[in-house]
Amino acid sequence: MTYGWTGQILRVNLATGEIKKEPLNKEWAADYIGARGLGTRYFIEEVSPKVDPLGPDNHLIFATGATTGSLGTSTGRFEVVTKGPLTGTIAGSNSGGLFGPELKFAGYDMVIFTGVSKKPVYLYINDDQVELRSAEHLWGKSTYETTDAAVQETNPDAKVACIGPGGENMARIACIMNDKDRATGRTGVGAVMGSKKLKALVVLGSGSVKPADPAGIRDSALRIRKQLADHPVTGEGLPTLGTPILVNIINQTGAYPTRNFQEAVFEGAEITSGEYMREHQLVKNKGCFGCTIACGRVTRSTKKSYESYGEGPEYETSWAFGAQCGVDDMEAIIKANNLCNQYGIDTISAGSTVGCAMELFEKGYLPEKDVGMPIPFGSSDAIVKLTEMMGKSEGFGKVMAQGSYRMAEKYGHPELSMSVKKQEMPAYDPRGIQGMSLEYSTSNRGGCHVRGYMISPEVLGVPQKLDPQEIKDKETWLKIFQDLTAAVDSAGICLFTTFGLGGKEVAEQLKAITGVDYDEAKVMQCGERIYNLERMFNFEAGLTKDDDILPPRLLNDPIPAGPMKGKVARAPEMLPKYYKVRGWDENGMPSKDKIKELGLSSIKFSA
Amino acid sequence: MEKVLLLQPESCIDCHSCELACSLKHGGVFSRTLSRIAVFETPLRFSVPLTCLQCDDPACAAVCVVNALTKNEDTGLVEYDQNKCIGCRMCVSACPFGNITYDRSSKMVLKCDLCGGEPECALFCPTDAIQYVPANQDTRARKEMMTKRFETVFSEGGAS
Repeated sequence: MTYGWTGQILRVNLATGEIKKEPLNKEWAADYIGARGLGTRYFIEEVSPKVDPLGPDNHLIFATGATTGSLGTSTGRFEVVTKGPLTGTIAGSNSGGLFGPELKFAGYDMVIFTGVSKKPVYLYINDDQVELRSAEHLWGKSTYETTDAAVQETNPDAKVACIGPGGENMARIACIMNDKDRATGRTGVGAVMGSKKLKALVVLGSGSVKPADPAGIRDSALRIRKQLADHPVTGEGLPTLGTPILVNIINQTGAYPTRNFQEAVFEGAEITSGEYMREHQLVKNKGCFGCTIACGRVTRSTKKSYESYGEGPEYETSWAFGAQCGVDDMEAIIKANNLCNQYGIDTISAGSTVGCAMELFEKGYLPEKDVGMPIPFGSSDAIVKLTEMMGKSEGFGKVMAQGSYRMAEKYGHPELSMSVKKQEMPAYDPRGIQGMSLEYSTSNRGGCHVRGYMISPEVLGVPQKLDPQEIKDKETWLKIFQDLTAAVDSAGICLFTTFGLGGKEVAEQLKAITGVDYDEAKVMQCGERIYNLERMFNFEAGLTKDDDILPPRLLNDPIPAGPMKGKVARAPEMLPKYYKVRGWDENGMPSKDKIKELGLSSIKFSA
Repeated sequence: MEKVLLLQPESCIDCHSCELACSLKHGGVFSRTLSRIAVFETPLRFSVPLTCLQCDDPACAAVCVVNALTKNEDTGLVEYDQNKCIGCRMCVSACPFGNITYDRSSKMVLKCDLCGGEPECALFCPTDAIQYVPANQDTRARKEMMTKRFETVFSEGGAS
């Protein structure tokens, strides 16, 4: 009897159309938990790190967590694992909504796609019945249209994950959307799906997730859910204002990147904030499956030519199309966010790339004729129009859809791309928050805040307040955050719960649900194992310590004004200590001892 | 004092915790299809929890030819006796709200039994969209909401 996990995975060869069910490797499941970790373990066994992310040999894995679909704390998550075409790194991209649990209820811990289909297809899973169906009539359609059509022709209760024109055109900033407005946003996973001519997964599951200890998980869930409800961030801040609660907080900290990170305080923050959105555009709050926090926002914009109805924007998106582009028009930001969701492109990369294009334009590096219109900072019309062009890979949008690094490089100024490992950084200026400078530098999927969210201690004071400009001990803090995050992602639990819970509560839930003897130490070790395995993959893929670096602007040009005036990012000073605390050599590679300690000695990368 | 389930869709966040709590209580597993409560979503992203509200004049009991479903006048509960049930599913057809389902694997009717007086769905609902309240207070929460709205208007209005 398997508890927690369903014990079965699905393998779909898109080249031959062959569909196979196979038992889950339970030893790997215990060591890598699920979702991000277990997906990565399977991926590494089967795919060469040197694989072309958009070539036929890359695999695309949809993996649920051990707790996904259960009554734990915010357990609605799943992960897409592949090699990311934006970054060239391992790509784990995480999403909530209802899709992940539905896959579990259909009886599968993960679906592994291999090969390339000749014609557009979608996979329809109805419990045991699994079939590839033609998607030629859906190709070219938006994610909303695709979802509605797929449900219409299968079952009204089916859940859908799909790509839009972004993924179809293999835009390197393309994402996969599920339940219409939820995204596995980052690293370009949508482009991999497009390269395989896979339009959608449509899932209907009538089964169950079986806990090893029903009474135990009931008691744990009740107690830990209360713990989250009593916490100021998970019980008050996020439920009341959603993630855009951070707009004013980070702006007041003086670390709110403005006009492509040229400044760090945005004069338009107040009218692009969570407070403003709640007052003017909020329809209702919405949660993912099993969530007690419900940070999701259903919003409506009625402004002429920016009419929109859907979920979001999140904090990062409010920033990406707001401060990053110098735009203080909430309705235009909501519209751009909604277009990203419908075309299936990542809002952080899309908005940041627009901001980068605006700077290239204003500095005279990017001719107006190439874009087809003037694109100064602050233009609401520009963010909406450019998003449409990116979404369709149309005109200059085709260049932008490859991300800011490739765009800026084409115009001779890659240093103006605010990215790490070619992925755009999100909404925290690392010059103002030093732990984040180390996180951006070392994250296994490039510029990213959700591999080790140092904002929690450095700004929000959770679990304790750290000085954002102090660099001492930040390497130790970051290691703990990165390892815990890897474990939480793998469990299928939402990262946002970690404001109010830690490894202990994750272990308690995992143990009751799976029956495996997890404790806090074991969970943290699983996280460290996963983090190191990802790092090893990236190095085999050709990355080196030289890729652990921020754009020169952040290392050399001090923040010009505001509370963090005069500060630069000090990650290079912290890196040697970080490598040491991780048990990595001076080149940033996990040492033989560390590899042995984590049980990774047997890992063989395929050529 | 008789208590009733109070459903307030305006507070529902579509998390489906009620379904998981219900299926865990009644079957020891997490399953949407085995739950006696269901959350339905609309195209505009609203969601509504739906379950048996123990009608005073239950259509399900009226059509049941073997009296497997009966109204208990003392507790207010519409009770189900699996031993009497012949699996005809007339009750499923009769319920005007779709709040009774039939589970083919266990050959039994799935309907809310209020967990013997401590409904798990209400306990696990994070936003109080589902509450278990004394029957004479079932509109209190809405009245309170309206009162708060008046308070906001009065305190901000400065009307004198």
